[in-house]
Amino acid sequence: MRKIVVENVSKIFGPQPGRGLDMLEKGFSKQHILERTKLGVGVAKASFHVDEGEIVVVMGLSGSGKSTLLRCLNRLIEPTAGKIVIDGIDVTSLDAAGLRSLRLAKTGMVFQNFALFPHRTVLQNAEYGLEIKGLEPAQRRPRALEALSQVGLDGWSDAFPRQLSGGMQQRVGLARALALDPDILLMDEAFSALDPLIRRDMQDELLSLQETMRKTIVFISHDLDEALKLGDRIVLMKDGAIVQIGTPEEILTDPADDYVERFVAEVDITKVLTAESVMIPVTAVAYRRTDGPRASLRKMKKAGISTLFVLNDEHRLRGFVTADDAANAALRGEKDLESILVTDMQVAQPETPAQELISVLHNLPYPLPVVSEQGRLRGVVIRGALLGAMADRGRAQ
Amino acid sequence: MNIPRLPIGEAMEAVIDFFVTHCSIFTKAFASLTGYGLDMAEAGLLVLPPWLLILVIAGLALWLSRSRAVAAFSLVGLLLIWNMGLWEATVSTLALVLVATLAAISVAVPLGVGAAMNRTAERLVMPVLDVMQTMPAFVYLIPAIPFFGLGKVAAIFSTVIFSMPPAIRLTCLGIKQVPAELSECAEAFGSSRWQKLFKLELPLAMPTIMAGINQTVMLALSMVVIAAMIGARGLGGEVWKAIQRLEMGRGFEAGLCIVIVAVILDRVLQKAGARK
Repeated sequence: MRKIVVENVSKIFGPQPGRGLDMLEKGFSKQHILERTKLGVGVAKASFHVDEGEIVVVMGLSGSGKSTLLRCLNRLIEPTAGKIVIDGIDVTSLDAAGLRSLRLAKTGMVFQNFALFPHRTVLQNAEYGLEIKGLEPAQRRPRALEALSQVGLDGWSDAFPRQLSGGMQQRVGLARALALDPDILLMDEAFSALDPLIRRDMQDELLSLQETMRKTIVFISHDLDEALKLGDRIVLMKDGAIVQIGTPEEILTDPADDYVERFVAEVDITKVLTAESVMIPVTAVAYRRTDGPRASLRKMKKAGISTLFVLNDEHRLRGFVTADDAANAALRGEKDLESILVTDMQVAQPETPAQELISVLHNLPYPLPVVSEQGRLRGVVIRGALLGAMADRGRAQ
Repeated sequence: MNIPRLPIGEAMEAVIDFFVTHCSIFTKAFASLTGYGLDMAEAGLLVLPPWLLILVIAGLALWLSRSRAVAAFSLVGLLLIWNMGLWEATVSTLALVLVATLAAISVAVPLGVGAAMNRTAERLVMPVLDVMQTMPAFVYLIPAIPFFGLGKVAAIFSTVIFSMPPAIRLTCLGIKQVPAELSECAEAFGSSRWQKLFKLELPLAMPTIMAGINQTVMLALSMVVIAAMIGARGLGGEVWKAIQRLEMGRGFEAGLCIVIVAVILDRVLQKAGARK
């Protein structure tokens, strides 16, 4: 069943947008229209549909009009021309009251920079839509709490957004949208502001939530990885116009034009995967100045690992110690890690391609640390996780 | 050279005359409302014996500012005022400031909200505020007299006019500073214009609005002193008397009281505004 139908929607920014619309109709480019009329083309004659329960990822580089298109769906941005139908309702012809009830009943929205209300607690943020709807506190509280527990935020109700990490803040953003139980989720680069590891977690979580919720989701992204992972179908945009619509396989195997081709050219599984996208978090580290062999041993035991990375006071990676060395040093009664610190080691940069990692990882007796430009330890790559990620991607293709 | 002089002053007089003759219903309403409010405030403050009121104010200062230093300063400062025999004049000045500030805020905050919500309103209000803030304070005393005659109501009228601009400006600024993303989010969740104002914009703008109110109170205090010239009495009246009789010591004492009151009001309001 078609949940959202977008027909020929255009958005022209600037005074008297009709002129731009005429030029668009005659087939002039965005650049040409800007030069001739000073009008900005946000979206150019976009048509697509979203089926019920489907995730459609709208993808493109920044400035391609994807966020504008999303905002046209609930008319946060007024489309200049075209028609949008949600559940058989012509959204473009709704009056202010009709629009408000549509936004409350059908479309929950999640924003790139979370857009949480800083003066409200987590619970009050999650309640916002229900409050606007006019529900009494006694009715809205349980529903908001349920939405919070859906995204794994039990017990954080009374915290304020600034006390939460980025990932948790976006969970609140998601709960705020889910509390209204809308059929449709509009997600505007919802995970782009998050660290790569957290982003992957959130993507996984969205997918597992989606298994039970079966919402209709329009997801905006500039990240091909993300689009391939989340999208049942992908809508590719360039300069405000849609250049291709298709399943991830179709996009990858049969790119519609040069632009799409360039976009997906990189998608050789080992190339598109970087150290950053396959690394796993570091569960324990030692500090060179404060931790001795015994403390290091204890940390390794607790984390269930046999190699412990050592950081200096500026949190820069200095080397690692092994459990065996640490045990011996402890027996010798040494107080610091200097004698057993191994500083000669292999490291990877976050952007190192996965194919290079395979040869490095071969016979490497310790996990491969991924180190940022500033020398900070971002995560580690282990053989199992790397192969697992590649197998996943193989299936996606 | 014989360029005719433009009758700007005359025009202004004609405007004032017009208001005096045709808008007496408003001036009378304002006069009785503020006169009543002022009597109530003053009587209310004088009901308590000075020592008790001083304790109450010091306690209030502690509660609002959460600062023992501010509370201690209030206590000592007010006791000093009492000791100098200027307690009643101080209470009278406080009542004037209270009533004038309340009147100013009740006009200024809605005006600031209006200016923030509507570009045309903003374009109208902002130049007027520029003029109001550069016009010398004394000038405001003159039109107050034909409207209300000499006395406290005239003093309050000129004080309200003089002290309003910062509250309007900062209310407008505070609301315009609300991040566009939050505003968009409120709309995406179906908020009406008023729901957005009351649930998002006003709460977020509150610290800025409080800063504006703080300035308004300070300006009101400075103006009720000047307004002693048209019969405001209070501490300003003491200063004015001291000038006319060349009583150096009396004038200094009254001036000191004004400083004490100003410091207390400023610190309490600043801390209360910054608390959130």
